[in-house]
Amino acid sequence: MFIEIQHINKIYTDKDNNANTVLKDINLEIPKGQFVSILGPSGCGKSTLLSMIAGLTSASSGGIVVDGKNVQKPGKDRGMVFQEAALFPWMSVTENVVFPLRKDMNNKQAAERARHFLQMVQLSNYAGHYPHELSGGMQQRVSIARTLAMDPAVLLMDEPFGALDEQTRSRLHGQLEKIWIDTQKTIVFVTHSISESIKLSDRIVVMGTRPGTVIADIEVDIPRPRDEHKQQVAALEERIMGLLKGEIDKVINEELAYEARS
Amino acid sequence: MKPAVKRLLFFTGLIVFWGLGSQFELWHETILPSPFSVWDALVAGFADMTLVYDLVASFRRLLIGLAVSLLIGTALGILLARSKTADDTIGSMVLALQSVPSIIWLPLAMMWFGLGEGAIIFVVILGGTFVMTLNVRTGIKNVNPLYIKAARTMGSGGIDLFWKVIIPASVPYLVTGARLAWAFAWRALMAGELLSAGPGLGYTLRYASDFGNMALVIGVMIIIGVVGAVVDQLIFQRIEKNVLKRWGLES
Repeated sequence: MFIEIQHINKIYTDKDNNANTVLKDINLEIPKGQFVSILGPSGCGKSTLLSMIAGLTSASSGGIVVDGKNVQKPGKDRGMVFQEAALFPWMSVTENVVFPLRKDMNNKQAAERARHFLQMVQLSNYAGHYPHELSGGMQQRVSIARTLAMDPAVLLMDEPFGALDEQTRSRLHGQLEKIWIDTQKTIVFVTHSISESIKLSDRIVVMGTRPGTVIADIEVDIPRPRDEHKQQVAALEERIMGLLKGEIDKVINEELAYEARS
Repeated sequence: MKPAVKRLLFFTGLIVFWGLGSQFELWHETILPSPFSVWDALVAGFADMTLVYDLVASFRRLLIGLAVSLLIGTALGILLARSKTADDTIGSMVLALQSVPSIIWLPLAMMWFGLGEGAIIFVVILGGTFVMTLNVRTGIKNVNPLYIKAARTMGSGGIDLFWKVIIPASVPYLVTGARLAWAFAWRALMAGELLSAGPGLGYTLRYASDFGNMALVIGVMIIIGVVGAVVDQLIFQRIEKNVLKRWGLES
């Protein structure tokens, strides 16, 4: 398999020396070119898992293999888009997109490539602007262009549209879907939004919380564009909602218990 | 009303009050000379070039001292930010040194460098270095971890990460550090010049005071204040504002 996640466990030890199991025995196999959503309530460790694929966080035990290579540290083969755009404010839009390219090619090639990918996210008119001059949605598109420009084998996205308003989010969903179809990238997309995961992905991995485990692995066989199949979408949404209801109750009960104790 | 207009009215009022007080002899000319005497003293000072030489000499010391203090301060700040041991040891010493006015080093500096340029520049350097050090240290430690994570996923690490991401990300702190270093260095310079040989604004201030020329004393005080305010507001605050805006720290 293209991405293999094998027996991943993550245990944090907090100040009082209590061991908290964040992820418990996660096993996933993701084929090349698939658009997978990892869906779950906050605190289920889905972002931690993504961060492990990126090589930014280490697992307590278990291993991750991407394209035959064991993940040890971050690398350009795994591009990451964060919830915040994470653009460098002291660089122009073009300079930001060139950042990951500058060592692999000369300036002219890098600038050419940057232009190509800015065009893909329809921001070529803003090449000379600085991040603070762009809206949140535009910044996030630059961030996507920057990640795509280094031609990663996998695109890791950590709630990339979570901080945007509804209209912008919906537009970016369309753009991302098109980019995915055009580039055939493998995408691992972390979200807590059920509708977002159904709209975008081939497959939804539903995670439960405390400890984080995979509670369901659903193939989404609704034809694209999904907006045209509202009934099927609604049915799937209800099914996932049912799966997650117990998890959300669990979180609420735990928080209430915590409140009562303190 | 615009702030500039308010300011203009305020200072005009202040000078008019000062002039009227002198006119009606609310205070004696030897205690507080009138604005006209101060103006005359300034004109005379510039006409015979004394004040020009003073300004040149003072600025020369300041620029040398400030440049050296920014270099040392940056290097030391980077060291403190990168090495926990250095931070625990040298860091605590820098905090202690920062809390004392650098002019107290003058007696030692005079022993080491003689009663001249060297001693004053040394005091100026000490004046600016530590505040720069502390700001550089804080700036590097406060770099948004997201920038570092993002850079690492884009194949950056080690020295490249440090120079291309961490240092640029801490520029707002470097600018604030430089601005404060300038302010401390300027104060240290004036104190040092008051206590040493000329030429220099501080030296002329003391010289005028020794000869009872209060008009020139006030004139030099005004020059010192104006230079301080102009450099701070027209140069440093502007750079700081632009940087904060560009770095997205201020809308």
